[in-house]
Amino acid sequence: MVNTQTNSGNPETDLKYRRKKNAEEMRHQVISFALMIVFTLIAFLAVGYEGFSAWFAVPFILVLAVVQVGFQLYYFMHMSHKGHEAPALFMYSGVLVAFLTIICFLTIIWW
Amino acid sequence: MHAEEKMTYEKWPAAPEKQTLEAKNKFLGFWFFLGGETVLFASLFATYLALKDRVPSADHALAKDLFEMPLVFLMTMILLTSSLTSVYAMYHMKNFDFKKMQLWLGITVLLGFAFLGLEIYEFNHYVHEFHHTFTSSAFSSAFYTLVGFHGAHVTFGLAWIIALMVRNARRGLDLYNAPKFYVASLYWHFIDVVWVFIFTVVYLMGMVG
Amino acid sequence: MSTYAQKRGFGATLWDYLTTVDHKKIAILYFIAGGFFFVLGGIEAMIIRIQLAIPNNDFVSAGFYNEILTMHGTTMIFLAAMPLLFGFMNAIMPLQIGARDVAFPFVNALGFWLFFFGGTFLNLSWFLGGAPDAGWTSYASLSLASEGHGIDFYVLGLQISGFGTLMGGINFLVTIINMRAPGMTYMRMPLFTWTTFVASSLILFAFPPLTVSIFMLMFDRLFGSNFFVTAAGGNTIIWEHFFWIFGHPEVYILILPAFGIFSEIIPVFARKRLFGYSSMVFATVLIGFLGFMVWAHHMFTVGLGPIANAIFAVATMAIAVPTGIKIFNWLFTAWGGSVSFTTPMHYALAFIPSFLMGGVTGVMLAVAAADYQYHDTYFVVAHFHYVIVGGVVFAVLGGLQFYWPKMFGTMLNETLGKITFWLFFAGFHLTFFIQHFLGLWGMPRRIYTFLPGQGYELSNLVSTIGALLMAVATVVLVINIIITVKKNERIGNDPWGDGRTLEWAIPSPAPFYNFKQLPLVRGLDPYWIEKMEGKKGMTPAEPLGDIHMPNSSIIPFIMSFGLFVSAFGVMYRLDYAWGLPVLIIGLVITFGSMLARSLKDDHGFHIHKEDLIDDDNEKGVKA
Repeated sequence: MVNTQTNSGNPETDLKYRRKKNAEEMRHQVISFALMIVFTLIAFLAVGYEGFSAWFAVPFILVLAVVQVGFQLYYFMHMSHKGHEAPALFMYSGVLVAFLTIICFLTIIWW
Repeated sequence: MHAEEKMTYEKWPAAPEKQTLEAKNKFLGFWFFLGGETVLFASLFATYLALKDRVPSADHALAKDLFEMPLVFLMTMILLTSSLTSVYAMYHMKNFDFKKMQLWLGITVLLGFAFLGLEIYEFNHYVHEFHHTFTSSAFSSAFYTLVGFHGAHVTFGLAWIIALMVRNARRGLDLYNAPKFYVASLYWHFIDVVWVFIFTVVYLMGMVG
Repeated sequence: MSTYAQKRGFGATLWDYLTTVDHKKIAILYFIAGGFFFVLGGIEAMIIRIQLAIPNNDFVSAGFYNEILTMHGTTMIFLAAMPLLFGFMNAIMPLQIGARDVAFPFVNALGFWLFFFGGTFLNLSWFLGGAPDAGWTSYASLSLASEGHGIDFYVLGLQISGFGTLMGGINFLVTIINMRAPGMTYMRMPLFTWTTFVASSLILFAFPPLTVSIFMLMFDRLFGSNFFVTAAGGNTIIWEHFFWIFGHPEVYILILPAFGIFSEIIPVFARKRLFGYSSMVFATVLIGFLGFMVWAHHMFTVGLGPIANAIFAVATMAIAVPTGIKIFNWLFTAWGGSVSFTTPMHYALAFIPSFLMGGVTGVMLAVAAADYQYHDTYFVVAHFHYVIVGGVVFAVLGGLQFYWPKMFGTMLNETLGKITFWLFFAGFHLTFFIQHFLGLWGMPRRIYTFLPGQGYELSNLVSTIGALLMAVATVVLVINIIITVKKNERIGNDPWGDGRTLEWAIPSPAPFYNFKQLPLVRGLDPYWIEKMEGKKGMTPAEPLGDIHMPNSSIIPFIMSFGLFVSAFGVMYRLDYAWGLPVLIIGLVITFGSMLARSLKDDHGFHIHKEDLIDDDNEKGVKA
């Protein structure tokens, strides 16, 4: 009944393997966290630095934000794991509607 | 496998958050809820972008007058770190280490409170230094509503995680509460996702002008 | 002896319904509440038609007319059509996919009570200083200027019931994905389940913009913010965009389940499988997708510019393609079938041309340049009543006749059903067909009276007579229901004789655990497949075992009641000293019951195998 999803017949080996896998995943999490911190720093520096014009800085920090959110979703929230097909479909549908709404509010709202 | 069964380290499954049908439903339903939340925050962002710097008179503060980089940077770092600590909590949940999970969740909660405190300080600062109140302009209404909705989510998330920690302090982990912890951590990450866009779109783009 | 089979008094029954988490009982609650609001909205419609029957009428005052008109639209869309469809989704969808319950029984109950209290709150406005009067669209420039608390009732009532709808949508999505019986693949799901699925996804993405915009209107009216106040930098078009980003998907949320109901009725009474099943599924998904890119066709005259108008016009016309696919598939399903003309089939066959007319005027309205002529005239009124009455209301009435036996175990009278149908059908076309011409002749919508000598007299009178016929039809329907309940003649599993889907394989009404053993699904129309092979019922997919069921709970009721209380507090906060305390008390009730729910473990209970076997021996066990 328990641990039916394991491969070998020996529960102890499986547990060890799982622990190792969890630890490995945690390492990936820490790496993505470090990258997120770096991206945040770059974004703040890009805005703080006088040399960049707004035309460069704004798209640049938006791209950084999107990448960072990708890390959050796929690593921290485990969307890279199996069994996330339906969540992914609905998140992306949500993103599509979000995108349409924001595009609309940036273009065809009166000013 | 019954959800309320007493668990041991040996019996603990690889994906405790999705072991029962109830857990699978909760997992999926919560993701769908986050899909809806995405649209909710997009609507708030859209409103903010449409109303940014829309003020009744020239003496009203604009985005570039208001925001200060150090404070926002500090808030961002705190919230990002709290995302990592909640990942640590889930890591220990998967390894059936209840004590460490509670510890990391506790750190997450503390960071959350620190963030919330800074946000309150920030709002207070705007109101008193710049007379930038909820009712002073369309810009201010949109700003406080967007950032305030996020703050309300942080508050709710804190209450939720604390309730879970207190409730299960004595009983430890089982397959009934593991999905609850997991879903609460998803919620916490989503709050961080929203913040990434808030600090980029509201604060950084506001400072760029 | 099973413990669930006792006869109960009225109090116990009431308590049972207040605390129920059973999707079939929640469906009945939706039907009762939705039916009540449907009658209420119908009375409001009658007042409108009486007022407009003759020129210069003074049956109601101009101000009261505005309130009646606003409440008619709001009630019919949010409190009648959607809840009635939610009733069908709750009653039928879990049975169709072979599930024992929905994914979140507790949340299901919460969704109903939120809708109920939101609707009640909205309608209390009649007694507390006047109803909202800015139209069901409540455009911000108008609604901010509206005096009194009418619009506040609108805002708070819809906010509360909107939360309920959102929860219902998520619940149905998860149910369909996670709880299908063995063998029930996506492409074997009945069309009603598919349309429920797509409509629920639309709810998930369409309601958040409504939530946000309603919050903003509430903040503007009650907390002094400036989202729509132009003098302070606000922008009133924001409301219009949000309302229609929600509002257009909303009409598909209404019509798709109606399509689903007809896609169930037609194959049963044509005794043929649905023609072009996969293209039907494809068309449903495509309509759902396109439904999000056309909202600005409600705003052609706002002045968004020719490019925006052109894009939205083309996208709108594109929706005619999947809708056309559906119309042809229904025709081809009936074509060559051995059609039996039952009441539900009457509605289905009348729906096709009626809805088609609404679709054609829809394409006419999509032509942005021509829309400047039609905009805000009775032509638009005729158009949306053709799609909503000719589509949704026909589906609700036909579906009620069709599924009544499955929900209550008795048959509605067919003769009375056909009388209802013919009266309603004739009345409907009499009322609304002429309104196309009224619109083209220049009669604006939302006016409380008109002058003699402009050529509107006869047409308006005809329209009012038609409305009377629909009212009579509704009365006949109510009589039919009363007679049927009184007679109480029990029927078997498959009363229509040609049921194709899983719900007809189990007793009517379904036992509260639905399926004693989950059925094995071997194809599209699973029950039909088994019948064609000479079998009496479904092949079970599992041995008889204990069934896990959720506990009843009063918490959903209390939680919703808390929001209801706090809504009064928010609204009267500035008028009376007791406003703020009431607001806080209401929120404490809501969040307190939320906390109680999460602190108290709820593992549900098990029905034991022996009791299930008992149920077999004593027929007529009440759920």
